This record gives sequence, structure tokens and C-alpha cells, in this order.
Amino acid sequence: MITLKVNGQTREVDADPQTPLLWVLRDDLGLTGTKYGCGIAQCGACTVHLDGAPIRSCSFPVAAAAGKSVTTIEGLQSKAAKAVQKAWVALDVVQCGYCQSGQIMSAVALLEQKPKPSDADIDGAMAGNICRCATYQRIRAAIHAAAREA
Amino acid sequence: MRMLDTLQQTHLRQTLAETTPAPALSRRDFLKSGAAAGLVVAVPLGWSGAALADPAGQPGVLAADAFIRVAPDDTVTIMIKHHEMGQGATTGLATIAADELDADWSRVVAEYAPSDPKLYANLAMGIQGTGGSTAMANSWEQMRKAGATARAMLVQAAADSWKVPAAEIRTANGVLTHASGKRARYGEMAGAAAQLTPPTNVPLKDPSQFTLIGKDRKGRLDSLAKSTGTATYTIDVKLPGLLTAVIARPPAFGARLKSFDASAARQVKGVTDVVQVPEGVAVVATGMWPALQGRKALKLDWDLAGVDARSSAQLFAEYRELAKRPGVPASKPEAAASAAAPAARSIEAVYEFPFLAHAAMEPMNCVAWLHDGRLETYSGHQLQTTDQMNAAKAAGLPPEKVTLHTLVSGGSFGRRANAEADFVVEAVHVAKAIGSRAPVRVQRTREDDMQAGYYRPLYVHGVRLDLDAQGLPAAWQHTIVGQSIVAGTPFAMMIKDGVDPTSVEGAAELPYAIPNHALTLHSTKVGLPVLWWRSVGSTHTAYVVETLIDEIAEAAGRDPVELRLALLKDRPRHVAALRLAADKAGWGQRKPAAGVARGVALHESFNTVVAQIVDVRLVDGQPKVERVVVGVDCGTAINPDVIRAQMEGGVGFALAAALYGAIDLEQGAARQSNFNDYQVLRMPAMPKVEVHIVPSAAAPTGVGEPGVPPLAPAVANALYRLTGQRVRSLPFARQSLSVAAQATT
Repeated sequence: MITLKVNGQTREVDADPQTPLLWVLRDDLGLTGTKYGCGIAQCGACTVHLDGAPIRSCSFPVAAAAGKSVTTIEGLQSKAAKAVQKAWVALDVVQCGYCQSGQIMSAVALLEQKPKPSDADIDGAMAGNICRCATYQRIRAAIHAAAREA
Repeated sequence: MRMLDTLQQTHLRQTLAETTPAPALSRRDFLKSGAAAGLVVAVPLGWSGAALADPAGQPGVLAADAFIRVAPDDTVTIMIKHHEMGQGATTGLATIAADELDADWSRVVAEYAPSDPKLYANLAMGIQGTGGSTAMANSWEQMRKAGATARAMLVQAAADSWKVPAAEIRTANGVLTHASGKRARYGEMAGAAAQLTPPTNVPLKDPSQFTLIGKDRKGRLDSLAKSTGTATYTIDVKLPGLLTAVIARPPAFGARLKSFDASAARQVKGVTDVVQVPEGVAVVATGMWPALQGRKALKLDWDLAGVDARSSAQLFAEYRELAKRPGVPASKPEAAASAAAPAARSIEAVYEFPFLAHAAMEPMNCVAWLHDGRLETYSGHQLQTTDQMNAAKAAGLPPEKVTLHTLVSGGSFGRRANAEADFVVEAVHVAKAIGSRAPVRVQRTREDDMQAGYYRPLYVHGVRLDLDAQGLPAAWQHTIVGQSIVAGTPFAMMIKDGVDPTSVEGAAELPYAIPNHALTLHSTKVGLPVLWWRSVGSTHTAYVVETLIDEIAEAAGRDPVELRLALLKDRPRHVAALRLAADKAGWGQRKPAAGVARGVALHESFNTVVAQIVDVRLVDGQPKVERVVVGVDCGTAINPDVIRAQMEGGVGFALAAALYGAIDLEQGAARQSNFNDYQVLRMPAMPKVEVHIVPSAAAPTGVGEPGVPPLAPAVANALYRLTGQRVRSLPFARQSLSVAAQATT
């Protein structure tokens, strides 16, 4: 058994230690807000926070998360997170929406590190998150809006 | 930033506050989960249509027709017959109906309709399905009538109750009022209204009375669910005992399974079944990881004898030869018989376009559940009617025993509109192969998704342009070579006189006054499956036409915008869109910054006209698009902000393909497999996009696709000004580009 702290709760999972955290979250814990997009840490749809830092859960063995604190889209609580989600809704960022959990997790991590990011900061923090609907312009605007609010 | 309306804020606060880890849901919870967490949007789950069909089961609910339900609690539920893949159809259809109904928008929820072509056919297709940017156009009258009819019934119910003439009752924001001071919420009259016979021929609003349509406001119905991770996609479906399967697929198109050894795969903890299906060998497991581990452990022996081994490079060579001679006539109208005047000079150009993958964010998937003599499927069903027929055939059941649950999808771009329903059929095959023991989700990995086919075909165009002494076109002879998208599918009836219109649309008829225009087509056969890709034929035809128009402008010594305007005869929508984009971009007025060149392109697709003006810089030998100004005429703008979003997205999607997009066929297989070698657009490459909508009172036309076609030719036209090079092969990343000494920026 592997013991994880997910969204503030202690969870025990019986999984192969090499299982990517993504599949444990989705298949074992039923937390389906985190999405699968590529499986090789190229698209960012699976982004979650590990001790507050963004990671690509599709390429992160669950065993390496043991004893650490995992936050998923379902567990976002911080002031920055609320500001980000509110800005996402207010600006109607989403289209298909499939990548947006990952986008939001990366955006929240950015704002928690850097409350007033520049465009270059946003490029740097968000370049690993693909959106095939190309909502990037609104993602950028929403991050700036959340920065003003948070 | 615009403020959220109060109700939305309240819901958002509640939802954000209540966000806690979701426990694994039971089926009962799952069936109820549409109302989970107090969402503004009923999370689209699809089965609620059954309840609509039986309004008697819901006392006090007005179900005026198949589209609108008004509940005693004032909730207005609008049934969405189209598939939501991000294009905003949900919000658009709800807006149309809610406006005629005078509904309170904050009480409007959307639900996805069941598969029922009698009630929910796309009136432009004759079957239930979404595509060709038709969702708004075909539903415009239908949804308006639905809203107006429900409103008329509520008004009549109030008139009967208050004993006043119906004509004296006013409606607004979900409330009925009368000068006498009588007042009722819609929900209060829903029960009485439900007893009335729906009237026919209810008058519709004059556009001046619209309260939602055309108003510049935010409020996509799916924003909240998709911003909180609570929207349910196919990959998220939870059912009791649901299994996950991945399929080991042929290593090349046309390869056949000779034999396989599953003994090691069956040893993987969590693997429940290894079964052969027509698509390959399915490894079924309790979750995705064991399924993948099981697949890795398979030993497979393939027969490659049937593989079409021609590479993309060989196809290009063959197609270039074919393009030298005319194919089947395909122009509209047919070329005038008059002999062309002798040409002062000619331009001969050959263009090459590679295969492209759709690469939607959610890799293809479907859940199939065979039980009690029935089949249920859960998927992003974009063509419900053909998905249902294909699923029934695969299951060996009559179509009426198949229930489709249409979920939102993580993008499609044409991929889910497959008349062969490959991703549905394979799920049914696996469900059958495990003896209908459990529901099963067949989930493709990104590699499966990218390599199992259905690509935008590879095309070659050959064009000979004759120019007169002024440099103006005297004759345009054009030949297109490529696979037919519809041949061999249920859409094959679209082929007329040997021409698949999807191969030539955008080039068969030019908006410009060009004499002696003749287009012909060679439809080729290649051993891999192809499909429409966002804007279909216009993905390549717009590039050829719009870059050649710029060459004509250069030959004639004319400004590219001015020449287009001069050649556009009786095309007021083209003129308006182009003028709007040119004015807003400052074309011919404000010079772009040093090192930046401007390019223009204009294209009509799906009855919508889009002009784009791009500012491009060359950075490390590659175009960096800094700004795109869009002028669009799509008739009545139902939701201007959704239109802007589709133009922004269309630009980004098109730019990805123009910059990097190529699937290379080698030995019958795609060389690319994931986002590491099939690059798509990322944040730093996204230009600033400004969208301007031509005011119009005409019926609405589509916006999902038309933002795509003009982008690549506009960039190519700007690149010419920077480099002096006419780029005739895509993507740009494979071209060697450098700033010309005499760059005409």
C-alpha cells in the first residue's frame, strides 16, 4: 500500500509503485478532473501540484508522491486559485475545456510563485500546457485578471 | 474585467467553496450527478432526454416541444441536439431559444438530446449530427420557434388564469406581467401551460426585440464546469464494474494479425481479458495502467503483405505527375468555352500539402455497455445517427436497442464526425468479446490516436495562370490531386460526376472575376483512412487561391487589398469583411514596425466570409505571427463573444498546421506519434487576435471552421514580403527562409 495525501486527505492505494500518479488519481481515487493527454509530459493536461509545485502526473510514479501533498483541480482552495477560476469563468476562457484543468493548475502555481507575472513569465510557465482550441489569448488575459484580483 | 452576474457569482462561490475530493461514484450517484455541486450547468450527461419524452412523469413541467422544458422552480432546460466540442453550440442554441422565450438567462440549463433523428436531425444533413459549421444555421428558425411556442403557452396560461386577453400580457426575464398588476414567474404557470395544446405558427420577434441574441456578453453555459474539472467527458464516465481497454493495433495500415501470445499479458495484475477484435488485440483491465502494461507484454505477429508501402515522398512525386494533366472537370460554373486571349506571361505553380492529424486533446474513446439485450454507448457522439447505426451493426442489435449518451468531447476538429464511427465500433467489439460481462471503455493513447489514422489527405495542386499585359488574370487552369474523403462512406452520395466536393471546395468557384477559370480533380486511392479536418477542402484550396491572388497583385503592380476589392464582383459580404479587417489593421495607413511584414487573405467557407490581416516577423528563419486582425461576416451574430472565440481558436489551430503540421507516411505508418514530433501551437507562438464582426441582419452562418482557411495564405503573403520567397509547400518549418536583401516590408 502507498499512502498519499491528496487534497488534504490521507488516501491509501494498492497500486504498482511505477503507476503514474495520473492513473491512481483517476482510476483508483475517482478524481477525474485531471486529464490524460499525451502520457509523456508534453501537453500538461495532467498537471497537479506536488507540495505546491506543478508536476505532470502522467509521468510521475505514484511511489515518488508517497508522503507528499498532492493537490488536484478538485482540491484547489487558495486565494490565487479562486481568483484564477473566477477569471476563467468571467472571461469565458474555455472551449472544449479538456486541457483547462491542467492550464488552471499551471496558472495557479505561477501566481503563487509570482503574484504579478509579466507576459514573458506567462509564456514560460504556460508553454508546457497545450490547448488545441488555442484559447491562449484568453488564458493570458485571465491570468492577468486573476493577478489583479488576488 | 466584467463582473459576473450575481447568480453566477453565488454559484461560483458555492462551487469553489464546496470543492472537495470527489468519492468514487455509484451508478445511482452518477445518474444524479447532473445536478452535482449546484452547478449552473447541468453537467451534460445525455440521458435526461428520456425524461423529456415523458413529461407526464414530471408534474407541473411544461414541455412545449422536444426542445424546451420549464419547471416549477423556474429552471428552463434547453435540449441541445448538437455535439459540443468546444465550438459553443450549447450556448448558441440556448441563446436563440431563451431569447424568444424571454427566459431568465441565469435559470437556463442545457442538456444533450438523445439520439432521435425524427426530433433532433440536423436540418442541413437529414441525420442527427454536427459538422460543416451548420449548428446555428440549421437550428435558427427551429430554436426560435421552440422558444416562441413555449412563451405563447405560458402567456395563454396566464391569460386564462387572470381572465385577461393574452395580447395584454408582457414577458421579460422569465416573468409574466399584466397592467393590472398581476405577475407570475414562468415556473408558476408551467403546470397550467402544460395542459394547453401547443399553438402553431407563433409569430417570432422582430430582431429589434432581441434581448440576448447579438448582445456582447460573456456567459458560456459550460464555463463553470470546465473551469472546475467537473464536466464529464468520455474518459471520465463512471459505471459499476467499468473496465478499461487498450487495443494493440496494426503497425501499418493494411497489416493483418497472424497470431498472438497473450500469456505474459494475462499475468499483469489488473488485466482481466485479452481478446482479439477486428481492430487488433484488446487488453482489458481494471484501469488504464494495467491495460497499458498488459499491452506491452503482448507478443504479436503481423502479416504486412497488404500494406500500401508508398511514403509521403512517393505520393508527392506521383501526385506532381498527375497534376500535370487535367482530371475530372470540377469548376462551377463550368469553364467558359471561349478561347483565352494570348497570355503576356504565365505563372506555373505546384503546391504540396502533407497529411495532418486532428490531435484533439481528448484521445478518441467510447464506453460500450451491453446488458439486458441492449447496448448503451457513452461518447462524444458527433454524428449520432450514423454512430447509432454502426454501433447497432457491430452489436448485432436493431438500432432501437441502442441508446447513445452524447457527452461533451475534448475537441474534434472533424475527427469525431466519422461516418464509419471507428472509435464507437471498436468499443462495441470489445464489449462483445468479453461476453457483455461489464461496461468497457476503449481508450486510445495519444500514440494510438495519432497513428490509427483518419488524416486530412495529402494534396498536390498544379496551377497555370495566364496574365494579360496589365498583369491581370486571363486564364486560371487548376488541377487538384488527392484522396476523396467521402468515397466509400455513407457520405459518398455527395460525389457528383466523379467529383468529391470536399476535395475542391474553395477553389471550384472563385469569388474573384477571373475569366477562363477551369478546375479539374484527380481522386487517388491510398491505403490509409482520411477524414475532414476543420474547414475541410478550404484547408488547402484557400492557400493556393489566396497566395496566387497576391502573385497577381504583384504582377499587376497593385496593392493586394485593392486588387482583391477590384476583382470581387457582386460579393458584398467579401468586400465588407475585407474592408473591415483592412481598416482595423490600418492597411495602407499605418506601417508595421521595422522587420514586420503584413499579409492578407480572404476566404468564404460554410457560407461565412473571413478576412485576415497578419503581422509577421522572421525569427530564427521561421515566421513569428504577432498580430491577426479578423473581419468576419457570419450573418446575425448570435453570441459575438463565441464568434470571437472561434476566430481566435481558428487562427491558432490554422497557425499550428501552417508552422509545423505534417504526418509523414512511411511503410504504411505515420512516423509521428505524439506532441514531441507532431508539434502543435503553444502559448508563446499565439498571436494577438482582434476580431471584428460585420453587422448583419441575415440568418446566421457558421463560425467553427471559417476562421481557419485565411491564416496560412495570409502568413505566406507576408513571408513573401519579408523573404522574396513564395512558399508553396507546407509546413513552414520545413522551408528554408531568410530575410531578402530588398525585403518589401
